[in-house]
Amino acid sequence: MLTPKARGPLSQAVNEALAIAPDRVDVPDAGSAEDAAIALWTLYELHYRGFDDVDDALEWHPGLLGVRRDLEQDLEDRLRSRWTPYTPTGDVGEELFAYVAAHDGPSLAKHVQSQADEEQVLELFRLRSIYHAKEADPTAWVVPRLSTGPKAALMELQFDEYGDGDPNRLHSHLWALGMDALGLRADYGAYIDDVPPEILEQNNVMSLFGLHRRLRGAALGHLAAFEMTSSMPSRRMAQGLQRLGLADAMVAYYAEHVEADAVHEQLAARSICGALVAAEPSLAGDVFLGAFTCLDLEDRFARRQLAEWGVA
Amino acid sequence: MSEAESYDHPDVVLCPGGPMLLRGDHVVQDSDGVAHRTTRPVSAVCRCGKSQTKPWCDGTHQVLPAKLRPA
Repeated sequence: MLTPKARGPLSQAVNEALAIAPDRVDVPDAGSAEDAAIALWTLYELHYRGFDDVDDALEWHPGLLGVRRDLEQDLEDRLRSRWTPYTPTGDVGEELFAYVAAHDGPSLAKHVQSQADEEQVLELFRLRSIYHAKEADPTAWVVPRLSTGPKAALMELQFDEYGDGDPNRLHSHLWALGMDALGLRADYGAYIDDVPPEILEQNNVMSLFGLHRRLRGAALGHLAAFEMTSSMPSRRMAQGLQRLGLADAMVAYYAEHVEADAVHEQLAARSICGALVAAEPSLAGDVFLGAFTCLDLEDRFARRQLAEWGVA
Repeated sequence: MSEAESYDHPDVVLCPGGPMLLRGDHVVQDSDGVAHRTTRPVSAVCRCGKSQTKPWCDGTHQVLPAKLRPA
């Protein structure tokens, strides 16, 4: 993948710094939320697969890390300002299920199930591909930051995300097969220049939570909410694809998620978050910050996309 | 929590209001007598009876009224 296109003065300055690796990195203020979001996404990507046109050594460039830190602080402040703090008083798993069930937001999957046309579905896949091509990767950062109980529980889930050792079953690979079968680009980050700020923020949040040990509670709460809102929507997606006669390989991707995530939601809420809070009770609030953020960012993206398509 | 303690890790977990989690490689016979082999390290077996992917859970129990959900 090549460096994404700049979307304003800040991301332009970040791209220039990535090209020439100056000793000091001075950047202007972001011209827009989108400018800040693509700059942060680009800086995060250095920690995943990097860019063909950027020196791998810049992953740990102090000047770039300083820019990243400022952008992360703005992002975290924004997330916390949107959230009404909540601390569980009983069983964390049960409270997570209740917390997610009480949340009501617009559903892109319902639209795909019954109304969306092929063009809309393909657009949705291009936008979703930014995450699905690195599915489960942001959460993998969390593993070494955990104690025995939650670490084993998280790996039980992650192992399944990574295909139980079989590359053919790796979830991000199943996604790539689906994209290819639909005639879309399956390569990593292919559509980054097309995605709106809501998608960038969804992806940036997962990296923020994953890369900061301090935020491990939020990372696992985010995981739980993500899994809890996946199984039934995945069935709706599969039904929508079948309605439109779209590629079986992508139907298979969603069918796998119906079944896998019915398991994963139980593991994430009960085994993983339950074990985390048992081991580190002070992280209980952050678990719910993560869960809320997952739901809230999906609402923001869904509202934007449904409005774009003229759906009430 | 001490790192030296032992941990509960049951083979079968009954999730309140939800499926039965089954750890390991098993063959589950459904109500029609058809055998299904597990394909992942942990599987969720439907307990509410409403799943469309039986014998596996598909999350449908979440939309059932409380009295129709398994204990």
